[in-house]
Amino acid sequence: MIYLQLFLSFLKIGLFGFGGGLAIFSLIQHEVEQYGWMTQEEFVDILAISQVTPGPIGINCATYVGYTTTGNIWGSLLATTAIVIPSLVIMLSICKVYFVISSRFQRNIYFTRTMHMLRLSVLGLIGAAALLLMKPVGQPSVSFIDGSSWIIFAVTCLLTIAPMFIKKSANPLKSALNILSHPILLIIMAGVAGYFIYS
Amino acid sequence: MLYLQLFWTYLKIGTFTIGGGYVMLSMIEREIVDRKGWIDREEFMNMIALAQAAPGLIAVNSAIFIGWRIGGWRGVIATVLGAVLPSFLIILAIAMVFQSYKDLPAVEAVFKGIRPAVVALIAAPLCRMAASAKITWATAIIPIAGALLIWLGGLSPVWIIFVTVVVTLLYTYIVEKRNKKV
Repeated sequence: MIYLQLFLSFLKIGLFGFGGGLAIFSLIQHEVEQYGWMTQEEFVDILAISQVTPGPIGINCATYVGYTTTGNIWGSLLATTAIVIPSLVIMLSICKVYFVISSRFQRNIYFTRTMHMLRLSVLGLIGAAALLLMKPVGQPSVSFIDGSSWIIFAVTCLLTIAPMFIKKSANPLKSALNILSHPILLIIMAGVAGYFIYS
Repeated sequence: MLYLQLFWTYLKIGTFTIGGGYVMLSMIEREIVDRKGWIDREEFMNMIALAQAAPGLIAVNSAIFIGWRIGGWRGVIATVLGAVLPSFLIILAIAMVFQSYKDLPAVEAVFKGIRPAVVALIAAPLCRMAASAKITWATAIIPIAGALLIWLGGLSPVWIIFVTVVVTLLYTYIVEKRNKKV
């Protein structure tokens, strides 16, 4: 039953998704692969589209996966609702006790340690998502089909991390790089490159 | 009308921020703290910490917090709908249209170029994130082991998160207990 699968999967993603859109993407990737909901190409395309359209990446992915797996709006609605439910339950519980704990929780050692360790494991999740797209185990990569793919990959990587290496914020090169390193612009440039290389 | 204002503010935030939760936070700060004055900056910082600590999407978590803080239950409905609705409708429209265009040779060529860039957009931010997570050579084992287990071992990322939380809490508990005895 695809609807039940969708609902339970996105409930799980909402419950264990820590650390923002990219980390959540890794969870969605695992579910998609496990149930064979779509091809790898479709899945990468969803992420591309999620990054250039407004709103939280998790919601974008849920809506898109919900639609493509079921072919109708109800699938989208179900997946999007499911990913929000754990947030609602947990955040509302936190809000209810917020005025009791106020800001003390930020000095609680259990809280700070767990958050620190989660930030580290989330790096692993994101790394795994990238590796799975680069070279899925036992099948050819759809993202890297020839040498040009690797050039596009390398240039995008360089432009993304370049602003990190310029310390002075007043440097005009830095502001130029900041604009150039915007994900939307990078995706558009890669699309244009793809058009000229492959068609 | 408070609820309408809450809904409208989040609808604006949801419609005009591209790039996910972290980008939305700066716009939320401008709208909620600077323009509307619904909460002060200190509470906003607390909210970010909570929204990141709780599971789920950061933008949605922050919407729930603000909605509850300003307007109770109805406030939550207003902010969450406002935050989610623009993405939902835009993606739905794209999903419906994209199905019939994705097999065109030109569209296929464009996406062949985009796919490696998407992988780069996942991989490259890791440098900055590793720096802000204060990673060291010793602690780098955690993300590396996690990535390998998921990638080559096919382990679900859910397990990595689960084990991280449980082991950290247990370890902290044992260390704290021992410290108290000494």
